[in-house]
Amino acid sequence: MTSLPYQGTPTPAYSTATETPVITTTDLTKVYRSRGREVTALDGVDLHVREGEVYGVIGQSGAGKSSLIRCVNLLERPTSGTVTVAGQDLTALAGRGPRAGKELRRARSRIGMVFQHFNLLSSRTVQDNVELPLEILGKSGKERSRKALELLDLVGLADKAGAYPAQLSGGQKQRVGIARALAGDPKVLLSDEATSALDPETTRSILQLLRDLNRQLGLTVLLITHEMDVVKSICDSAALMEHGRIVESGTVSELLATPGSELASALFPVDGEATGDDRTVVDVTFHGEAATQPVISQLSRTYNIDISILGAAIDTVGGLQVGRMRIELPGRYEDNVVPIGFLREQGLQIDVVGQEPVLLVEGAK
Amino acid sequence: MTWSEMSPLLSQACWDTLYMVGWSALVAVVGGLPLGILLVLTDRGGLLQNVLANRVIGQIVNVARSMPFIILMVALMTFTRWITGTTIGREAAIVPLAIGAIPFFARLVETAVREVDGGLVEAVQSMGGDTWTIVRKVLVPESLPSLIAGTTTTIVALIGYSAMAGTVGAGGLGDIAIRYGYQRFETELMWITVAILAVVISLVQFAGDFAARSLHGRSGRSGPAPKLRLLKAT
Repeated sequence: MTSLPYQGTPTPAYSTATETPVITTTDLTKVYRSRGREVTALDGVDLHVREGEVYGVIGQSGAGKSSLIRCVNLLERPTSGTVTVAGQDLTALAGRGPRAGKELRRARSRIGMVFQHFNLLSSRTVQDNVELPLEILGKSGKERSRKALELLDLVGLADKAGAYPAQLSGGQKQRVGIARALAGDPKVLLSDEATSALDPETTRSILQLLRDLNRQLGLTVLLITHEMDVVKSICDSAALMEHGRIVESGTVSELLATPGSELASALFPVDGEATGDDRTVVDVTFHGEAATQPVISQLSRTYNIDISILGAAIDTVGGLQVGRMRIELPGRYEDNVVPIGFLREQGLQIDVVGQEPVLLVEGAK
Repeated sequence: MTWSEMSPLLSQACWDTLYMVGWSALVAVVGGLPLGILLVLTDRGGLLQNVLANRVIGQIVNVARSMPFIILMVALMTFTRWITGTTIGREAAIVPLAIGAIPFFARLVETAVREVDGGLVEAVQSMGGDTWTIVRKVLVPESLPSLIAGTTTTIVALIGYSAMAGTVGAGGLGDIAIRYGYQRFETELMWITVAILAVVISLVQFAGDFAARSLHGRSGRSGPAPKLRLLKAT
């Protein structure tokens, strides 16, 4: 009946993620003290971002995402724990005073950052905004303007070099913000809710730009967001934050393969009830190689059974087709042991809805 | 008094006023700008947080601002003599005028600089900028329209103060109005002086507003500003 999974727009590029860690935080804590009250924003966070991947940290406001991303370039000083970016222990560079020393400032200049509210200087033109980090790096005027124009071209705003930020739309402002963040040739880009102030259409185009930059430049992107769609559309890996802790993390495939993963079920929500007592409802999770096989129609043909699809959420995440589908087979579970076994043999993760969790564990690989 | 008698008096007075106000405004800006920025930087949560220094600077500014100008002038006589070698005349008046205007302008600078979005500071920090870079490339340029408005207010206030400079023989328009107009009942001369003062102040205000507005215009904030502000708040 159908060849699965199907997705709309083919993405030719594949994940540029490697195994080299580029951002690592160990047991990071951040406690804010004000007027005798203590608020723990980060509570022992271990984050591992690999080189070349797009890593999304998702959580509700107040979960500590913002503190986390600010601790990565030490705009916030962690109370304890270490932050390593590109092999450099930033927490060791920080020194004891509240002000950033020369070493830390140099390290920061190699980490790009984009902001929710863009944070462009209204007194400078677009080009001068992009040149600002280069001025800080002490580049010559000629070099600055060459680089700035090159970056504006890269983000598609070459014709706006002389405009002031107030004359731009939100999406254009964020493009300038991204161009500015790339001026110091960073290996790592931090994105602090970069699309949260934008409309859905513009959000998509900015995410696409981040994705392209990740692919073209091998740029590692660490982003925080409260929108599941952002993670879904561009992230290779994701972490879920709650109350200052990372409660789940991994590549999208890994998350999908984890039975009971909150993040996976939020990314790929499936529901639908059995249409009768003598029916078996099965959740099929596609990730990795098996996702390219037309398994459902094979199943239908091989065992000559009618399969109803109750719900499905299939997407392309990090260039791989992943997702979940809830299907209904005629007959009770006992009658369907063989077809379910067939699905498992295809390398799919099968969760039989309403069965003992022990079966779920069997299902995962 | 005939016009031919008044005219040299008035032109000399105009010149004296501009001379005193011009120099003291210059000193006020040069002294008040760093002081105002320091007030912001040393404040709690500031880039150079130093609560003690902040309190000391704040107190000095408050005391200086609360002193009536005529008393300040007398209190500063020794200092004035040390700087200019005299306690009378235009040069001698510039010293107390400038000293009085520095804390006044510093408070205006403080207010203007506080208005700068903290996100911009954070952005420059994330690029590896130090405090001095932030002051030069963010705080001052971003608050420039407000700083110009503050300078205008300071110059207008200085024109007012300068009327009292007559007590140390510095001359100026205010001095003419008091000595000839008020004390010698030369009503006509008094009104002419007042009219000239009004014109001078209007011109200063107009020039200041124009400069501030053209800067706003450059960054496009005069046009779609309210809409953008709303967007930012959401």
